[in-house]
Amino acid sequence: MSNLVSNVKKQFKFKNIATWVIVAAALVLLVILNEAGALNRSTIGLLSRIAYSIILAVSLNLVVGFLGELSLGHAGFMCLGAYIGTFAADMIRASIDSKLLVLIISMLIGGFVAAVFGLIIGLPALRLKGDYLAIVTLAFGEIVRNIFKNLEIFGGAMGYSSKTYNQKDLFVISFVAVIIVLILIQNLIRSKHGRAITAIRDNEIAAKAMGINVTFYKLFVFVVAAFFAGIAGVIYGHFTTPVLYTTFSYNYSIEILVMVVLGGMGSINGSIIAATLITFVNFTLQSKLSGDLAALRLLIYAIILIIVVIFNNAPAFKPIKDKLSIQNIKTKRVAKKKGVIVNDDAQWNRIETKVKMDAILTPDLPHEHTGNDKPDKPAKEGK
Amino acid sequence: MSDIMLETKNLGISFGGLKAVQDVNIKIKKNELYGLVGPNGAGKTTVFNMLTGVYQPTTGTFFLDGEELKGKSQEKINHKGIARTFQNIRLFNNMSVIRNVLVALHNQPEFKYNPFDAMFHTPKYFDVEVRMRDKAKELLRVFGLEDDRNNLACNLSYGTQRKLEIARALATNPKLLLLDEPAAGMNPNETAELMEIIKFIRDEFDLTVLLIEHDMKFVSGLCDEVTVLNFGTTLAQGETKEALNNPEVIKAYIGG
Repeated sequence: MSNLVSNVKKQFKFKNIATWVIVAAALVLLVILNEAGALNRSTIGLLSRIAYSIILAVSLNLVVGFLGELSLGHAGFMCLGAYIGTFAADMIRASIDSKLLVLIISMLIGGFVAAVFGLIIGLPALRLKGDYLAIVTLAFGEIVRNIFKNLEIFGGAMGYSSKTYNQKDLFVISFVAVIIVLILIQNLIRSKHGRAITAIRDNEIAAKAMGINVTFYKLFVFVVAAFFAGIAGVIYGHFTTPVLYTTFSYNYSIEILVMVVLGGMGSINGSIIAATLITFVNFTLQSKLSGDLAALRLLIYAIILIIVVIFNNAPAFKPIKDKLSIQNIKTKRVAKKKGVIVNDDAQWNRIETKVKMDAILTPDLPHEHTGNDKPDKPAKEGK
Repeated sequence: MSDIMLETKNLGISFGGLKAVQDVNIKIKKNELYGLVGPNGAGKTTVFNMLTGVYQPTTGTFFLDGEELKGKSQEKINHKGIARTFQNIRLFNNMSVIRNVLVALHNQPEFKYNPFDAMFHTPKYFDVEVRMRDKAKELLRVFGLEDDRNNLACNLSYGTQRKLEIARALATNPKLLLLDEPAAGMNPNETAELMEIIKFIRDEFDLTVLLIEHDMKFVSGLCDEVTVLNFGTTLAQGETKEALNNPEVIKAYIGG
């Protein structure tokens, strides 16, 4: 036992659990607000959307960011979870008294079915690479939603109307689910299995030569991601009535991908933040814009996305970003405390080279420097 | 069991109509340092790729410690005890040095735990992870990389990256180590140090080493026996000095 404690101590860093501590703190805050009656219906709607968006983004990040395979069918797994999960909840509702238990079981069933389909799709699809895998998963997403559109038992084109639950209880449960999913995924990544997965992304040939079973891990990640997407789907299904097949179009898969890319591939914290912000922007635009402006919603949304991407990547914004970066603020604070100048090793990486390269490549362009570096001027004066 | 670690019988591969390697017969004794030399394009790396399962040989077969490994996948061959380094370094660049070694420790029987242990951080997870880290540090110490362990692999110098690649290959606990041009890009000091390291790990880890190298000083200073390849066929074979002084070999290298 004491051995375990010392082992845990050796591995423990606050940094590692910071993410879900913050999310848990947010949850406690929300529950208090909820009990106090400070949350109205629309806020709860927004929070529920944020909850399942986070699960979707983090699980897709597992495939795209950590494994390095492009999957465009994530909404398909969500669709499976949403239909099957709510359907299962309606089936077992009569025989189980506790609503909480019904919700948990329905989430597990929805996740499990999605995982099985992840396995079925993954077995043939993961022989493909890159773009081809993306196309197959894209097709899978479309097939799934069209199957549900044509199944009468799920309400066909009218959508499936399940029995509803108290939204306030539901959103607490879904946030608990978010925390559990975050813990599980982070734990997975910080294990030897997570290392094997990132090794495949970094260099598949070397990973194989080191004896890592690449096929197994690709399939494993695909199935785990599908499982969590299924759970997100069940949460969505319980919040939304009716569950409509149009929601799960490839546009939605792309939106999840946008969350992952904006948050940063292979960054769980990034995915959480991006999922929250994008859902918030989308929701606000949807609820605030009315009349003629409503038609412009997608346009405004697109423009916001473009601005964010440019801000993230354009060199011109680098100074501003560096000023705002937590890492830099931290370094400076530590330096102040210790009274030394901390040598920033990464500094040379950020030095602007573009101007200098231009000067080298096109020597006949006039130098914009003022002052000393004009060697031919004194010579002329000498004449 | 015999004292032969690796034996290839008429090993060959053709790509379409091109016979890249033909009829290579190599016998490497246990604990031997064996060299594979030859001019550029002779098919040395192709032989390595066949021995590690990257390519499947079209003719012939090979045995490791008496067990036929032809037709097995790359990871199976690695489990059976052949580890390699690459001619153009293939480290996990975005990972720290120690993580590179930890990845390679993945399949060791003493470090097994399943994804369930990982996801729920069971006591087994903590126990194994701590032992894995100790083992990885121990390996890095052999190569003098312990202080670099938290640096990114891509930030190391070329020679250090080569050393890390060997450390990583050793972490898979091989019987036979294949080194593809280990001294390429190293200065004479580093090369001399590498020779010592290779001898040391051969004794320390009870290894058999097969290496490709262009530096003839390196080969003749290190290898007990060599095989010389040219245009995919064996040109000479045997004791290092004799084989390298064979007139055919000199002709192939210098031309004429």
